[in-house]
Amino acid sequence: MIEAVLFMLGLGVSCGSILSAASKVFYVYEDPRIAEVEDKMAGANCGGCGFAGCSQAAGAVVKGEALPSVCVVAGPEGAANVAAVMGLDPGTAEPLRSINTCTGGFRADDKYYYMGVQSCSALSALYDGKRVCTIGCLGLGDCITACAFDAIEMGPDGFPVVIEEKCVGCGACERVCPKSIIKIRTMSQRLLELNKEEDALGPCQQTCPAEIDIPKYISQIREGDYEGAVHTIRERNPLLLSCGRVCPHPCEDFCRRGIEDEAVSINQLKRFAADYEMNSGKRLHISVAPDTGKKVAVVGGGPAGLSCAFFLKRLGHSVTVFDDNPELGGMIRYGIPEYRLPKKVLKWEIDGILNLGIEAKTSVKLGKDFTVGSLVAAGYDAIFLGVGAWKDYNMKVEGEDLKGCYTGINFLTRFATAQQGKSNEEIPIGKKCVVIGGGNTAIDCVRTLVRLGAEEVNIVYRRTRKEMPANEVEIVAAEHEGIKFTFLAAPTRVIGDENGHVTHLEYLKMELGEPDASGRRRPVPVEGSETLMECDMLITAIGQGPDVSFMNADTKRIQELAITRWNTIDAVDPITLQTNIPYIFTAGDSATGASLVVEAIGGGRRAARSIHQYLSGEEVKAPGSALFKKHIKESIFEKVPGIQKKNRAEMPELPVYDRIKTFDEADLVLQEEDAIREAHRCLACCRICYNKDVAA
Amino acid sequence: MGDYIVLIISCIFINNIILAQYLGACPFLGTTKKMETAVGMAFAVIFVLTMAGIITWVVNTFFLNKFGLQYLRTIAFILVIASLVQFVEMFLKKSIPALYAGLGIFLPLITTNCAVMGVCLININEEYGFIQALISAISYAVGFGFALILFAGVRERVVLGRVPQPLQDTSIGLVTAGVLSLTFFAFKGMV
Repeated sequence: MIEAVLFMLGLGVSCGSILSAASKVFYVYEDPRIAEVEDKMAGANCGGCGFAGCSQAAGAVVKGEALPSVCVVAGPEGAANVAAVMGLDPGTAEPLRSINTCTGGFRADDKYYYMGVQSCSALSALYDGKRVCTIGCLGLGDCITACAFDAIEMGPDGFPVVIEEKCVGCGACERVCPKSIIKIRTMSQRLLELNKEEDALGPCQQTCPAEIDIPKYISQIREGDYEGAVHTIRERNPLLLSCGRVCPHPCEDFCRRGIEDEAVSINQLKRFAADYEMNSGKRLHISVAPDTGKKVAVVGGGPAGLSCAFFLKRLGHSVTVFDDNPELGGMIRYGIPEYRLPKKVLKWEIDGILNLGIEAKTSVKLGKDFTVGSLVAAGYDAIFLGVGAWKDYNMKVEGEDLKGCYTGINFLTRFATAQQGKSNEEIPIGKKCVVIGGGNTAIDCVRTLVRLGAEEVNIVYRRTRKEMPANEVEIVAAEHEGIKFTFLAAPTRVIGDENGHVTHLEYLKMELGEPDASGRRRPVPVEGSETLMECDMLITAIGQGPDVSFMNADTKRIQELAITRWNTIDAVDPITLQTNIPYIFTAGDSATGASLVVEAIGGGRRAARSIHQYLSGEEVKAPGSALFKKHIKESIFEKVPGIQKKNRAEMPELPVYDRIKTFDEADLVLQEEDAIREAHRCLACCRICYNKDVAA
Repeated sequence: MGDYIVLIISCIFINNIILAQYLGACPFLGTTKKMETAVGMAFAVIFVLTMAGIITWVVNTFFLNKFGLQYLRTIAFILVIASLVQFVEMFLKKSIPALYAGLGIFLPLITTNCAVMGVCLININEEYGFIQALISAISYAVGFGFALILFAGVRERVVLGRVPQPLQDTSIGLVTAGVLSLTFFAFKGMV
């Protein structure tokens, strides 16, 4: 008996002493916080977080590789405890959320019928699933089984729906999904995403230069979730009120409903959601990532600059916007007239962006009050140049600098500045006005002139109406407002009286010849067809380009900035928008030449993405499969059988008699019931499938 | 030499620790859903079982037998194996961090693996010498890993099949294990 006791005692003591000696000898320094953090976790060693056990997860939290909310069992309370140990604010940590990117692969045709398969992984092993669509949801709900938190349920349409409030972002669903349809992303990751070839994208979303998830926000409007729709749009486009009013909606040209019926009025729906937020009187909360401590200077407060600043701020960088004009907005404030985009609306929108904590310095001119070099010296880690295209092209004909002659952007800007009370200039408006050009600037000029009381306004364009680059709706509105159009006319001379004031425009008649590089038929002058057109005011609006003269006053290094032969800033890669000087990025008109607002907004986001990569020390590059302005070939299907014609919602507008007397907004917002009806017209297309209309 | 080969074959196939002796069924079902974890567990067991085989043989021969304390065998082995696993964990963490990271959670799990205890007790019951005990420990561990990997491979296929609802997951796992066990019975009588 005594031996037994002695033996066990001896064994215990020797095991104990060996272990304690070993713990001294093999001691590895471990951050004491690891043990503390592990203590706050559930201790279930379940592996739900993706790490091999709680101690590994705790280690990752302390190293900063995992978020305080990594433990999927401890819940938000546990996350708060862990965050307290780490001295982090759990409120600012970015939660991961699961998103189902497929809106219904179940609609695609069947490839084969196979009985008895009960899981997506099994189905995917059989020739990629039974649907023709190779990327879509298989709909057997592996993700639902995998979710330990009941945060995914089978939706009424036969594909899984994530319940956001319950999702903890553990990633179990992403791991089991054989199609990578369910994705776990933080807000920042979502903001940084670019359209890719392998994604489930509808033709509209592929076309949108800002890559807005159009089918998603339309379905949210359909379900009455207007706030959700605003959030969806804002993930890609911070200027939704402005875009909803002025965007020429290239997306609608690719709307598949347009094949059999009229295209869905996508932009009016965007405006509806945006106006809903504004009219509701309260601003929706916009979440912002934790501060990174990096400083970025955004030069130019136009759509590109505002978009870039907005996304950089949301990614956690501190941003200062510099602008030459007394107020932010750039071309959308000074180039777009009041009746298309009321300044009250624009102010509300820009205030919302600045409210995130973006600093704005206005009435400071690049190249005069400060230079890019001085920004570098002031400690900005990256610089975004979105200086726009403000220099009007000249016709290079005799007499275009006579009294009464103006250029398009210059005229609009001077008028808008005075109208907004920032200058006392009064531009004398003629009785017979002529505007030369066929773009949006020309139309904005003529519609402004009508409202200013010009008796006769003529637009002179050297090609035909079909070739006019202006938005169709704008041309139609101008026609309604009584503008006269003179097509196939090339100005040759401006004639003035003895006081040097313009009296006539001389032009040559043209006829259409062979198509040129842009595919438009080239106008050819008709010999000896000089015609005179009487006028006492003449505006040239034949296009504009960026003014890059700011570089001359800059440091040597900045003077190396590459400029293209169109005088635009040369973004080496049009997707990343990084210039040849690594810390300078560009977007908008200064990178592309005069283009669309939505193009500038998309560019601003891509530049923000690249700046974020640059500031995080990553390589600045776009994903190899980035779609960027291309279309996924199979998604542009040419037939949509099973569609019934349903009229597109008419845009409500002020009657012509009323609107030409004032600068009140001419286009109005859709009524709620019209918006919902319009949203129901959306076919929710994806790559190859779409919702057929059920027989009404 | 021939004896040793017979011993190896007998330990791996004929008397396979899981499929013929039904020891260590818990990790066998728990870690075989995925090939990756099965391989991790297999290597962790090979490592620990070899060490445990040696130590327990030494403890048994030089202490328990010497003082006639055989009745304390079970409790002594539990203590020794648990300490050993802890020791190995600390040693690996310091000296071979890569291996430690690779074995991860499986190492502490083995503390409660009955296959380890079982093999050590078999070694004593069969009155093996040191070399025999060592070879038997390694072979049983290899057999354990072998069964784990085989089973994981089968299970990964089984999920793809048409499993009736009530039989899914562990139930079909046990049925499969039974069939696998039957096939191992074909080795019976070889030696």
